Amino acid sequence: MSMLEVEAVSKRFRGVLAVDAVSFAVEQGEIFAIIGPNGAGKTTLFNMIAGSMEPDSGSISFTGEPITGLTPDAVCLRGIARTFQLVRPFPALSVEDNVTIGALLHRHDVAAARERALTLLRRFDLFDRRHRLASALTLPDRKRLEVARALATEPKLLLLDEVVAGLRPTETDRMVAILQELNHEGGLTIVLIEHVMRAVMALASRVLVLDHGTAIAEGAPETVVRDPAVVQSYLGVEAV
Amino acid sequence: MIVLWKETTARGRCLIAVVLILLVGAPFVADRYTLSVLTLILYFAYVGQAWNLMMGYAGQLSLGHALYVGLGGYVGALLWLQFGIGPWLGVFPAMLVAAGFGAAIGWLGFRFGIEGVYFAVLTIAFAEFTRIACDNIGFTGGAGGLFIPYEAQRVGEWWNLRGGQFFFYYVALLLAAAAVVLTALLARSRLGYQWLAVREDQEAARAVGIDVFQAKMLAVVLSAAMTAVGGVFYAFYYGNLFPAQVFDIGRSIELILAPIVGGLGTVFGPVVGAFLLTPVGELLIALTSKLGFDHPGAKAVFYGLILMVIIVLRPTGIWPWLARVLGVEKNRK
Repeated sequence: MSMLEVEAVSKRFRGVLAVDAVSFAVEQGEIFAIIGPNGAGKTTLFNMIAGSMEPDSGSISFTGEPITGLTPDAVCLRGIARTFQLVRPFPALSVEDNVTIGALLHRHDVAAARERALTLLRRFDLFDRRHRLASALTLPDRKRLEVARALATEPKLLLLDEVVAGLRPTETDRMVAILQELNHEGGLTIVLIEHVMRAVMALASRVLVLDHGTAIAEGAPETVVRDPAVVQSYLGVEAV
Repeated sequence: MIVLWKETTARGRCLIAVVLILLVGAPFVADRYTLSVLTLILYFAYVGQAWNLMMGYAGQLSLGHALYVGLGGYVGALLWLQFGIGPWLGVFPAMLVAAGFGAAIGWLGFRFGIEGVYFAVLTIAFAEFTRIACDNIGFTGGAGGLFIPYEAQRVGEWWNLRGGQFFFYYVALLLAAAAVVLTALLARSRLGYQWLAVREDQEAARAVGIDVFQAKMLAVVLSAAMTAVGGVFYAFYYGNLFPAQVFDIGRSIELILAPIVGGLGTVFGPVVGAFLLTPVGELLIALTSKLGFDHPGAKAVFYGLILMVIIVLRPTGIWPWLARVLGVEKNRK
């Protein structure tokens, strides 16, 4: 049994078939990447897994139990945390409070949640900025805050929607290193949507390529980037 | 409460102590009129605090809080008049009824995704049709109102909430102080943080596992029940209830000014706001009549102007600024 099983899920927005019968499975402890051009349906797929959208057809199960159609909070409670492509921190709250709120999911004691939040903030190099308002952070900091807050809920599976997009190469490498650490040490399973191939190649053990809502390739990153269909529709000839 | 005290800075503790001593001692030096103004201030601090929980913390705008004042008042008064059940007991059914109305409004709004101003309109609608209902039901005294007669022999029966200005002042003080403590406790609780998350971004709140519907329902129900206590106080203090008055939208607006001016989502904002606005209102009444300028509405015009000036100068409320000036901001080690 795989940790996450997505089976033939589809989602239609009026005339557009955003996701067309996509299936894939993610194993425990894996880092799985979803790539593809803009509008390929990556975020829609994420939204369906996280419960923000209900699929028109198909099913999703997590650790053997169906989660199709659950609300986002119920999905999170079961151990799937997500970040948003356009980051959504709680703007008028401090960085520390943002992460503390995440940690309160499985902790009823605020002091204990704060402890957990501070540990995460250290790891994400945000400790010095913990009293700032989230709205006052730079974009790279807000991206890290987004990941820290999601992690605070102690997920088994982390869904990351373009967390390195817009970061400078050194910041990208730092984020990649943190994610690798979490994966190696904590055994955290990660599914990420990413355009930055540098991060995808460094992190992913397997890659799924979406185009116009359909899966056009799946496999090890080295193999997928040489796939003619992928090169044609997404990467472009000069990328390889 | 001990935790709260520990978290307060030394300066903050001194300030709280001084204010409390002044308030407890006030009746021994103040005249009857001043005491009645102080009672009114404390009443507005209390109901403002109740509204603040819902709007300031959970971010849910209610423009119909007069509904809960009225319901609390009517339930408390009717139980006393019809069944001889005293207000200390009657306050519980009063809270229950108001909480029930709050739950109905919350369910309708949150279940069907009615947000922001549309939700506020729903709260107004409930206050309005309850007013119309009370206007027409004989049991509640109809439009002619409901009176709790003043009985000289009952003065001093504190167990029936009967007494003079002195007595009601201390009841109001107790309520306001209890509301501050309750808000402070809630603000640092798990629920308090969930409210803040919901206020800031509902979608993000859901993504960290918060049951947004439940958090919002708790905010409305708690705020409604708390406001109803203020309603019972109101009914027994003034001794009369008229549907056209208690449920009026003007009352709902009056009630939310103190927390807005004082500082939304802060523990002391509603108190500071009430201490500023109520005396200004009273002063304006006195001034306009002294100057022979007592056209109807003159007070409202000046009151409105003063409000505008305050909101332009301190858009996030007086308290956050005042706390900085007094050096009693939250401890940040």
